[in-house]
Amino acid sequence: MADPMRIRAQASGSNAVVRVLMSHEMETGQRKDSAGKVVPAWHITNVTTALNGKQVMSAEWGPAVAKNPFLQFTLKGAKAGDKVSVTWKDNKGETRTDEATIS
Amino acid sequence: MQTRRDTLKQSMAVASLLAATGLFPRDAFAFNKAAFEARSIADVAKAYGAGAPTESKDVTLTAPDIAENGAVVPMAVASSLPGIKHLMVLVERNPSALVAKFDVTDAVEANFSTRAKMGQTSDVYAVAITNDGKALYAKKEVKVTLGGCGG
Repeated sequence: MADPMRIRAQASGSNAVVRVLMSHEMETGQRKDSAGKVVPAWHITNVTTALNGKQVMSAEWGPAVAKNPFLQFTLKGAKAGDKVSVTWKDNKGETRTDEATIS
Repeated sequence: MQTRRDTLKQSMAVASLLAATGLFPRDAFAFNKAAFEARSIADVAKAYGAGAPTESKDVTLTAPDIAENGAVVPMAVASSLPGIKHLMVLVERNPSALVAKFDVTDAVEANFSTRAKMGQTSDVYAVAITNDGKALYAKKEVKVTLGGCGG
């Protein structure tokens, strides 16, 4: 099981800036190991975020997103105390969801 | 007689065959494979049903001039225009150009930051696709001193 994400959500005015740090290998499928074999691709393909349970943003990622991906976005009309949840799914079918409260 | 183990083995085989032909049913998460295998900016725009991309001042891309480490290059895409459907980050000379695609809704600002890998010095594009199918882009050259794709 993958490590938890670190989510920081800070309200500023009527918006909230959310920063997410995910823990994922993000293998490109281009690299070769010491035996010369290609290391198969293993990366996050989909990211969705929800504000108070309602989906607000989705993203598709390729293998070119850096290892342990960072994502920052701004939620409109969010206030302190609201719940932000972030879900990712990788190309091996593994998923993880974490939730944070806007402060 | 067919044992449970045999049945499992056969269903695995069928599943992998289906996956190989691309007929396997898609789950709730859509992943546009064509777009992520495209090599040029125009092909990516086409994969998302947009026309030929044009340069625009209303799309902004924030990236460093020189990236010392191609494995981690911070990038931000933003647009001030209303009615943006997708925002994308592309690195032209990566093995596949598209890095990430964000779907914009009313509840989020069209402003995303992330970190990308870059194999070599290349033009980086921020592409915005509007609700009426126009593709607008901003570009910037990022010099990479140490590549981040393979080795």
